[in-house]
Amino acid sequence: MLEIEDLWVSIDGKEVLKGINLVIPQGETHILFGKNGSGKSTLLMAIMGFSRYQVRQGRIRFLGRDITQLPTFERARLGLGLSFQRPPTIRGVKTGDILAACAGGKVSYQALAAAYDFTGFLDREVNYGFSGGEIKRSELLQLLAQDPKMVLLDEPESGVDLENLQVVGEIIGRLLQKDRRHQRRDKSGLIITHTGFIMDYINADTGYILLNGRILCSGNPRDILQDIKKFGYEECIKCRR
Amino acid sequence: MSEVKERAEKSRDKKAAFGTDLELTDFSREGGKWEYDADYGRFAPEERRHLLRAGIELTDVEHAGTFLQADTAVVHCQANQPGVEVLPITEALKRHDWVADHLWRLVAVDADKYTARTELELDNGYFIRALPGVRIEQPVESCLYLRTDRFAQHVHNLVVVEPGAKLHIITGCTAHPRVNSGLHVGVSEFYVRAGGQLTFTMIHNWAEDIHVRPRTGVRVEEGGQFISNYILLRPVKTVQMYPTVTLTGPGAVASLNSIVIAHPGSEIDVGGRVILQAPHTRAEIVARTITTGGASISRGHLVGLEPDIKAHLECRGLILAPTGHIYAVPELEGRVAGVDMSHEAAVGRIAAEEIEYLMARGLDEEEAVSTIVRGFLRVKIEGLPPALEEEIEQAIRETGKGM
Ligand SMILES: Nc1ncnc2c1ncn2[C@@H]1O[C@H](COP(=O)(O)OP(=O)(O)O)[C@@H](O)[C@H]1O
Ligand SMILES: [Mg+2]
Repeated sequence: MLEIEDLWVSIDGKEVLKGINLVIPQGETHILFGKNGSGKSTLLMAIMGFSRYQVRQGRIRFLGRDITQLPTFERARLGLGLSFQRPPTIRGVKTGDILAACAGGKVSYQALAAAYDFTGFLDREVNYGFSGGEIKRSELLQLLAQDPKMVLLDEPESGVDLENLQVVGEIIGRLLQKDRRHQRRDKSGLIITHTGFIMDYINADTGYILLNGRILCSGNPRDILQDIKKFGYEECIKCRR
Repeated sequence: MSEVKERAEKSRDKKAAFGTDLELTDFSREGGKWEYDADYGRFAPEERRHLLRAGIELTDVEHAGTFLQADTAVVHCQANQPGVEVLPITEALKRHDWVADHLWRLVAVDADKYTARTELELDNGYFIRALPGVRIEQPVESCLYLRTDRFAQHVHNLVVVEPGAKLHIITGCTAHPRVNSGLHVGVSEFYVRAGGQLTFTMIHNWAEDIHVRPRTGVRVEEGGQFISNYILLRPVKTVQMYPTVTLTGPGAVASLNSIVIAHPGSEIDVGGRVILQAPHTRAEIVARTITTGGASISRGHLVGLEPDIKAHLECRGLILAPTGHIYAVPELEGRVAGVDMSHEAAVGRIAAEEIEYLMARGLDEEEAVSTIVRGFLRVKIEGLPPALEEEIEQAIRETGKGM
């Protein structure tokens, strides 16, 4: 579904990604681990096509189509959806208005909000004064309304308290069709996580460690997480090198 | 000569404190001789559509009263409900002997050449009054209309909201669709008596070469409430105004909201000043300015003279074109301890990050910009005619396109 080929990306002239290769087949969810600053968010932002993230070399293909030069909104319309690590605040714009735009009349965003105890936020300004957990819930509800074919999640559990963690996990499970049998899943995912908490709510197929803009290793995500937890990133990096 | 006339005479060429200085000889004092129009039959469909964009619906239905002045001529004027008086100011001066005493109390006749000329060469204006305790739910509609090219219109308006009364005035100031130049000077003095409520919504819809100089003073007594909404969405040459509201009685409240779009070639200098002269008074000024290439100065001044007052000033500007210019001047002045005054000002472009965030949700760039602009301009203005809401929406869409 998503194929990334020798992708080099720089931000303000600074080289951040240095030749990423990645293939995520339909129905699979892959996990991206890595220290802060290694380029994980940059990868998701580049897949989504944000202007600051300049592709120097390489290609991004989605659903068999080269999207490397496509504007962000067209990528979204093709079926890419991103939950931001730190989304911007937009003064004056109501959260409900964004949800409505995501839903595009196909689903009732009010019903979605009601299902996840979010109705009280619909009239609030986008991300203005939201707590960490509220931001993530807002992001994920926008994705539910959007119903993307490929879900990109940037640290969906960071800053979320225990009470909200459960809800966040459930929404992600729903986005990635946790309930369906493996062969029947058609949604794909690429998820950045430090805690691995999210892996209890989805089926993760493959994991990677990203370091200094390069993918260092891939393998069973649970094994990788266990090694990181046991030995730390430094040791883990040495061992797998 | 009366003392007022004398002061006016001395100031007939006095420059104003703010704004581009205008040469009054550039304008004509010959307005059209328009006849009274009881059923609005003399308005062409083209004019009607144009007036709608200033919020003016040519009907007596659903309005507590109507006042329509074209150039110097009052062409329509009536009260449609008991408890409300609507008269040309020249009539009001004959009807009530106290009216004269209410003129030039809240605005100084010798403030500048515009006030002085209004005294020396008056072209009428409206008198609107809500009688004591009468709560008028439907708005009174007033329209000051330039129907002749190059004409300089001088009007003097007086509004009195008697104790416990409630009044909403929607005033649309505009020019005939084929009038492109001229000057509008409007002196307005509003008295809100104890416990009274006045909402004053003013929509300006002028043309590329028209200059506008409103001069407004407002007095709000104990427990009274004054809400002002100002909307300017279309091109104009220059607007300069700095209405001053004085809260004279305990518990009086003022709220001044403005939405301004400065188009290329426009020079807008709009301010608001509230003097909190009594304890427990409150004031809020909320200004939203967008430039698509014009220059906009947004001034706000809060003066706290008594303890236990609360006042806030919020001034935000959005620059949507490289040549646009916004100058925000928020001023706070506390003269005693125990005042609670604050301000918040921000001027800038729309962050690319915000636009792209919305694009990641499937909105194209134009839709994303419009969404942000719509949010930016979202200030609570109640009781706007639906046609005007549509006009605001239209202006937002056009603004988004220009990016
Ligand atoms: N907007 C930006 N401007 C400048 N440098 C940036 C920006 N965003 C990220 N970077 C830099 O790019 C590198 C990778 O950042 P990021 O992708 O956010 O890492 P991660 O998500 O793995 O923590 C870091 O060195 C970071 O400082
Ligand atoms: Mg990150």
